[in-house]
Order: sequence, then structure tokens, then C-alpha cells
Amino acid sequence: MATQYKTIVRDGLWDNNGVFSMLLGMCPTMAMTTSATNGLGMGLATAVVMAASSLLVATFRNQITQEVRIPVYILIVAAMVTLVDLCMNAWVHELYKVLGLFIPLIVSNCLPLARLESFASKEPVLPSFLDGLFMGIGFTFALTAIGAVREILGSGTLFADASLLMGPAFKFMEMRVMPGDMGVLMMILPPGGFLVTGFLVVAKRMIDLKAGKAIQMGGAHSVAA
Amino acid sequence: MKPRTYTHGIILGAFCLGFGLLLAVTDRLTAADIAARALEDRQNSLAQVIPDRIHDNNPVMDTVAMKDARGKEITVYRARKDGKVTGVAYEIFGSGYGGEIKLMMGVDAEGNILGVRVLAHHETPGLGDKIEEKKSDWILRFAGLSLGNPLPDKWKVKKDGGQFDQFAGATITPRGVVKAVHEGLAFFAAHKAQMTEAN
Repeated sequence: MATQYKTIVRDGLWDNNGVFSMLLGMCPTMAMTTSATNGLGMGLATAVVMAASSLLVATFRNQITQEVRIPVYILIVAAMVTLVDLCMNAWVHELYKVLGLFIPLIVSNCLPLARLESFASKEPVLPSFLDGLFMGIGFTFALTAIGAVREILGSGTLFADASLLMGPAFKFMEMRVMPGDMGVLMMILPPGGFLVTGFLVVAKRMIDLKAGKAIQMGGAHSVAA
Repeated sequence: MKPRTYTHGIILGAFCLGFGLLLAVTDRLTAADIAARALEDRQNSLAQVIPDRIHDNNPVMDTVAMKDARGKEITVYRARKDGKVTGVAYEIFGSGYGGEIKLMMGVDAEGNILGVRVLAHHETPGLGDKIEEKKSDWILRFAGLSLGNPLPDKWKVKKDGGQFDQFAGATITPRGVVKAVHEGLAFFAAHKAQMTEAN
């Protein structure tokens, strides 16, 4: 049992990372990584939605029939997204002003749907919850990494406005790496998203090759399979 | 045994009902906070264009609905001191490089600009976004200007023979903002009575 949980954590964070290995959820990945803070916020919101919807789907996996499973999954993801959207608007309004436009995009992110279909619909509640959570944290890691690279190259800062996201205590994270006018504007425009994502995918695979691992080809598979 | 067709419908219906209820409850719980945040947002943007010293009322609560030059419904917020209207603030719209630019503009009772701020825009980051107060002080230069100052043919960016700076790499954005502010002043001049009459 313990090894299964280890695999879930490893898969979510690195081996089968939603962005760097499976290349899923590219829309929010490109749109929301203009800064590390934006990537972090979007990733955390997605992680909450994924953990909650995996938990719910696993709970009801014996009631949901094969024929209506896709509409039910989408219903559950959409309901969780709306919940997060309303709660963020009410209670973390500053962040909502930054991310609000992109929260509804989580519904169209195929990463949660892929995990529901390939994992949560077959596995018990706890592993499913953990799979959703760690896939979400892996997604957060990927978005923050892409955002950090784009922000440093594009605006010369790192974690700018992090205090809006996590409260004034995190002011210390806001850094200026190089003067703002040295920034390469293209990096925070859409082409930068494609470039940085591509290079980081390559970097991840090179690290895996160095470690002697077989490169896992993109594909949403269940741990049990 | 294979479930009958209608059982699928019932299952889907039950999930819709359950999550519908969940969302209804959440909406109830958050509605008051969301409304309060929206009000704070408006208060904050108004405080930027209506200085505290000219009013003793709450402009967010003192409004009059009007139609702007394009027939769009706008809300005019009024600042009063001792019951007399000392200034008004309203939204104006410019067309920029990336679509509509939404601005809030404050004007005193004599038609002088108190301040202009950008509320929302889709301009290019690093080029057109210098219209934001956070990025540059460009937008602050409108304060104190009026329809006659500068003269009408100077209400343009320098490239078009006017007196306002454009940005390196972005002319369309400031051009749109200057035009919107000028039109906003003309709107005030045309509807001054309706906007400032005490009622």
C-alpha cells in the first residue's frame, strides 16, 4: 500500500507530471504563466479543484454508470470550479482580480478530466484524493517554474506581487533580478509561453535520461495499469 | 444485470440536483461578501479621481444614471460638499490597440479634470500598459486640464500635432485615451446641468 502512495506522489510531482510529461492543460499553462505568482495562484486553484473532484468521483464511482460518466465528471469539475470562483471572489478578492478571468478556464483544462477518467473512476477514495492533489501540486510546480523563467527574462522580477497572493508576510519573496528595461518583452507575450514550456519539457527529459530512466511517453494512465 | 436506460437519466439528474443545491448554498453564503468587495472596488477607483477634500458625502451612494454619447448606460457619481455638487466621476471608453479601454474620470463643477484612471484594458504589456498609474505617471498629467486648456487642436498626441506624449512603440493606446478624455469633457459640458443639479 505504501509503495502505491509513493508512486502516486512521484507520478504527480515528476514522473508523470501533467504539464512536463503528459502535456495536458496547455491553455492555462500558456495563458497564466506571465509571472511566477500568477502561475502559483492558478496552479493552487487547479490543485484544489482536482483534489475535490477526484475525491467526489471516487466516492460515487460505483453509482456513476458508464454511459453518463463524462457528463457527470464535467458537472463535478464545473461545480467545484464555480465554488472556488465564488469563494475567491468573496474572500481573497485581490488575487481574484488577477486570476478571476482565468478560473473558469479550469473547466476546460483536460488534466482534471484525464485523472478522473483514468484514475479516480477506478480507485478507492484516499488514493484518488491523493492522485488529484499531487497531480495538482505537480501542475502548480510546473506553472510556477514556467512563470518564474518567463518573469525573470521578461520583466526582470521574480514573484512580484506575491504578497497579494499569500499576504503581506510574503513580501520578502518579491525580488528584482535585473533592471526592468533589460526584460525581453516577448517572454511575457504568448510566444514566450511556447518557448519556455518547450525548453523546460526538454530539460525535464534530459534530467530523466541522465538519471537512467526510460522516458515516459505522454499518456494518461492509471497507476494500477 | 444491465441498468435500464432511464436509470442513467435518473443518476445524471440526481447529480445535477445535488450539485445545483451545493452551488445555491455557496452563492447564498458568498453573495454579501462579493457585493461588499464590488462596492469597495468602486469606492477605491472613485477615491483616485475625486479627492477627499472636495466632498463630505459618499459618491458611491450618490448616483444618477445617464446615457453617454454612444448611447451606453453610464453611472455618474457625484461628490458634494454641504449639499452642493462639487464634482462628478463617470466611466469613459477609449479604443486602444487591443480593444476597449475602460477609464474612470473625475471632473469638478467648473469642468476641470480632477483625475483619470484606467479601470480595465487589453493593451500590450510593456508597451501600451504605461497608461496604468502603476507603470508610469503619464495618466496623472490630465489633472487640471479642461476643454479650453489646451485648445481643441492640441488635444492629441504629439505625433498628431497635439501636446500629449505617446509611448515608444505605442501610439494607438495614448491616442485612444486622449480622445476618450476629450470626449468625456465634451460630454460634461453638454450635460452639466443634468449632472450637477442638486436633488
